[in-house]
Amino acid sequence: MSNEKLVDYDDAVKRYDPVIGIEVHVELGTRTKMFDGAEQGFGAPANTQVTPISLGLPGTLPVTNGKAVEYAIRIGLALNCQIAEVCRFARKHYFYPDIPKNFQTSQSDEPIAFDGHLDVELEDGTMFRVEIERAHMEEDAGKNTHVGGADGRIHGADYSLVDYNRSGIPLVEIVTKPILGAGERAPEVARAYVQTLRDIFRALEVSEARMERGNVRADINVSLRPTPDSPLGTRSETKNVNSFRSIEKAVRYEVSRHAAILDAGNKVPQETRHFHEEDGTTSSGRPKSDADDYRYFPEPDLVPVAPSRQWVEDIRAALPELPAARRRRLHDAWGFADAEMRDVVNAGALDLIDATVAAETTPAAARKWWMGELSRVAKQADVALDELAITPAQVGELQSLIDAKRINDKIARQVIDGVLAGEGDPAAVVEARGLEIVSDDGPLLAAIDETLAAQPDIVEKVRGGNLGPIGAIIGAVMKATKGQADAGRVRELIIERIGA
Amino acid sequence: MTDLTCLSAAALADGLAAGEYTSVDVTQAHLNRIADVEPAIHAFLHVSAEEALAAARETDAKRAAGQKMAPLAGVPIAIKDLVVTKGLPTTAASKILEGWIPPYDATIIERIKAAGLPILGKTNLDEFAMGSSTEHSAFGPTRNPWDLGRIPGGSGGGSAAAVAAFEAPLAIGTDTGGSIRQPGAVTGTVGVKPTYGSISRYGCIAMASSLDQAGPVTRTVLDAALLHELLGGHDPRDSTSLNEPLPPLVAAAKQGASGDLTGVRVGVVKEMHGEGYQPGVEARFNEAVAQMQAAGAEVIEVSCPHFPYAFDAYYLIMPAEVSSNLAKFDGMRFGLRVEPREGPITAERVMSATRGAGFGPEVKRRIILGTYALGAGHFDEYYGAAQRVRTLIQRDFAEAYAQVDVLVSPTAPTTAFRFGEKVDDLMAMYLNDVATIPANLAGVPGISVPAGLSDDAMPVGFQILAPAKADDRLYRVGAALETLLERQWGAPLLTQAPAL
Repeated sequence: MSNEKLVDYDDAVKRYDPVIGIEVHVELGTRTKMFDGAEQGFGAPANTQVTPISLGLPGTLPVTNGKAVEYAIRIGLALNCQIAEVCRFARKHYFYPDIPKNFQTSQSDEPIAFDGHLDVELEDGTMFRVEIERAHMEEDAGKNTHVGGADGRIHGADYSLVDYNRSGIPLVEIVTKPILGAGERAPEVARAYVQTLRDIFRALEVSEARMERGNVRADINVSLRPTPDSPLGTRSETKNVNSFRSIEKAVRYEVSRHAAILDAGNKVPQETRHFHEEDGTTSSGRPKSDADDYRYFPEPDLVPVAPSRQWVEDIRAALPELPAARRRRLHDAWGFADAEMRDVVNAGALDLIDATVAAETTPAAARKWWMGELSRVAKQADVALDELAITPAQVGELQSLIDAKRINDKIARQVIDGVLAGEGDPAAVVEARGLEIVSDDGPLLAAIDETLAAQPDIVEKVRGGNLGPIGAIIGAVMKATKGQADAGRVRELIIERIGA
Repeated sequence: MTDLTCLSAAALADGLAAGEYTSVDVTQAHLNRIADVEPAIHAFLHVSAEEALAAARETDAKRAAGQKMAPLAGVPIAIKDLVVTKGLPTTAASKILEGWIPPYDATIIERIKAAGLPILGKTNLDEFAMGSSTEHSAFGPTRNPWDLGRIPGGSGGGSAAAVAAFEAPLAIGTDTGGSIRQPGAVTGTVGVKPTYGSISRYGCIAMASSLDQAGPVTRTVLDAALLHELLGGHDPRDSTSLNEPLPPLVAAAKQGASGDLTGVRVGVVKEMHGEGYQPGVEARFNEAVAQMQAAGAEVIEVSCPHFPYAFDAYYLIMPAEVSSNLAKFDGMRFGLRVEPREGPITAERVMSATRGAGFGPEVKRRIILGTYALGAGHFDEYYGAAQRVRTLIQRDFAEAYAQVDVLVSPTAPTTAFRFGEKVDDLMAMYLNDVATIPANLAGVPGISVPAGLSDDAMPVGFQILAPAKADDRLYRVGAALETLLERQWGAPLLTQAPAL
């Protein structure tokens, strides 16, 4: 696929210190666009969520969406940023059909939030602090579709279509300071940082933050330097890396690629790179230099944004519990071991277990199902846990059926199969499939008598005081009742029957 | 019945209210006049006779049904073709918009329609309002009704000429550096540039956003006040629109009509007359000042030491904003689309070919100037420096208004020049706006009222400037001067214009 020369990653990070920088764009889930009353939302037919303003028709003017400003402040506060007292939008000029005005309204040197940090928990529980340079507001561009040509790219296409539904959707772009000191764990830090951001966006309710829909997009800057004391190397910027796995891959690939260039005594060109999901490689986009001239100037059609300190404090006071604090709280409440808690978080089971506990299940039982049988099923189907067709409430119901001794653990697995197959809630599945534990002694006694009659020698042994073989009889009875018998009761009845 | 085209808008409104004639009568009379004189004047790029008559019928029906009518209901109006009109061609006098039919109305058009004013058509201008003569219209110049060999001023020469030639009692102009006031001056009509933000810019095709302001073009000061009150007031679609009620403008015009100026402090700006001003212009200006003094005004000479730098600042800020605002004209979504004659049809090449073919030389000149001024490394030197000058000019105004209520000057340094006279001498052309530009840079309001004829028998304009949001002073003082001068002339100045 790729013709790039690469150095083995482990080898590369032994000889070079990777420095990363991450720009995350998040689409805000406001009802309307950033500067425009057009509704926004995923999946509408092309060019239906537009007004004359979204299309940049002559004479139109922008008006700032106050809700988007509030969401941006929420994000800024959650990232421990300062919130600007006054900030202006600027026009960033470049000609491209997906930006209707041929400039993007953005914030250049006056971001609404700046100088923050985010503590990110790595898989082994280590905390890593990422310094945030700024979080600024801007508008999204439209979406180009290149028709014809080899691979949907503009090069070689017969023509291109532009959908302006996305044009003007509010974005917040969060820019880190250079992330130093991650060393060989740079790919993991990058992934964990974006994942943590994603969780924060959801907790703040500022975005659905669905990576697969492009609600959250990451640009990954990578550079290498010989030692942590050396000046920063030249960076590449890999655009639009849109899944957590891809973020790790992109960092690894770029580290390997840069190392090969540096090993050969060459200079890394400053450029943007495209990421290829299919094989985890990147390819050259366009050269980028500090001479890129966007001709920024303050947007004269908008008044400055000047959030009052009172408003900022009101927003701060209303911030929901953030994911890290919530994890600490739940960890204490549930009493899981550190390793157990980490596994839960890494498996994406935290919310599911929390919701299951809310459905009146013990934390241990909730964890048992989500981290056990359900994780196994999800892994087999290659889907995320929260994509399984079973809800925390259903898992709670399942456990309560067990607690009431209406089913046992083994049958519960069949019940799960039924729920996943769309057969309804656990109780309905038990009913429909006839899985309820047989607690009426009548049918049990019939099965026991039949088994005992078939195995007179074992009966003799037991009568003689050797209780060992009783297990074989219980097993046979369970088999005869298709596992729906309560094994303890079967044992009692056998002993009673044999009169041992 | 008197010739309805000779009446002021206020008189027409009274006649309509009294049932002396209908809006259809008034509208038809103006359409007839347009048919008669347009071959000579060419004030209109598009005459919307059917739509105007339909609107007139509707207004008449409402009045007949006893509905409450707006003060100017039924009085027809002409619209500068820089203002977006739903369903009517809107060209900005540029080939690049030829044939574009907008899908929406400017806010001021909505207000005009809601008030029941029939729209006679769209008036000529310099392309995208860039010029002082209409010679830069892509569709041929407008001629001055006083002398068909002379320019009607610009950019709003079409609106001024239409009103001066009695084709319309009212018109809309836009003023970025004098485009309402200078045409008013050279055609013997009244033109008002309101306080920046006093009238919505939504739907006025932007030239330089921080300077543009729509306003009334009329034959009397009272008519201008009536129209200003109709157009003005907050518009949530324009962020820069003032969020407070207009001062009472019609009342101020009626107060001023007595001709009494007792207690009004009038500042003659030292830097805005004298050297560089045509002797006949200077003479009429001085005579008018003497009249005001005789009517009770206290006349004081004031100095605005930074005004001489206004012109240079304007010619950086204006083109910078022009280069940005006109980026959207790219052949991708509306208007002209030109494909390159040879080579690949890429978006960039179509944009380039469209802009090359669609923009006239003056527009290109300003785009190039502005692109350069905003370029990397130039920003502080040009745009930044110009903004600092702007601040100094605002300070000059503030200091002057601490001493006086209004400032006065000739509106333009010369009377209307002959076609072709300055088209090759850009500096001379640009300098026509030297007295009008400071008001745009500071956002303060200004009016031009007729001050008599110069030695060349062409009209001279008298400019009155007031502090921001004190537009009422323009009307009070303007109406007083109008009364004083008409007493002297025995009739409005336009009665001296040659018959067409």
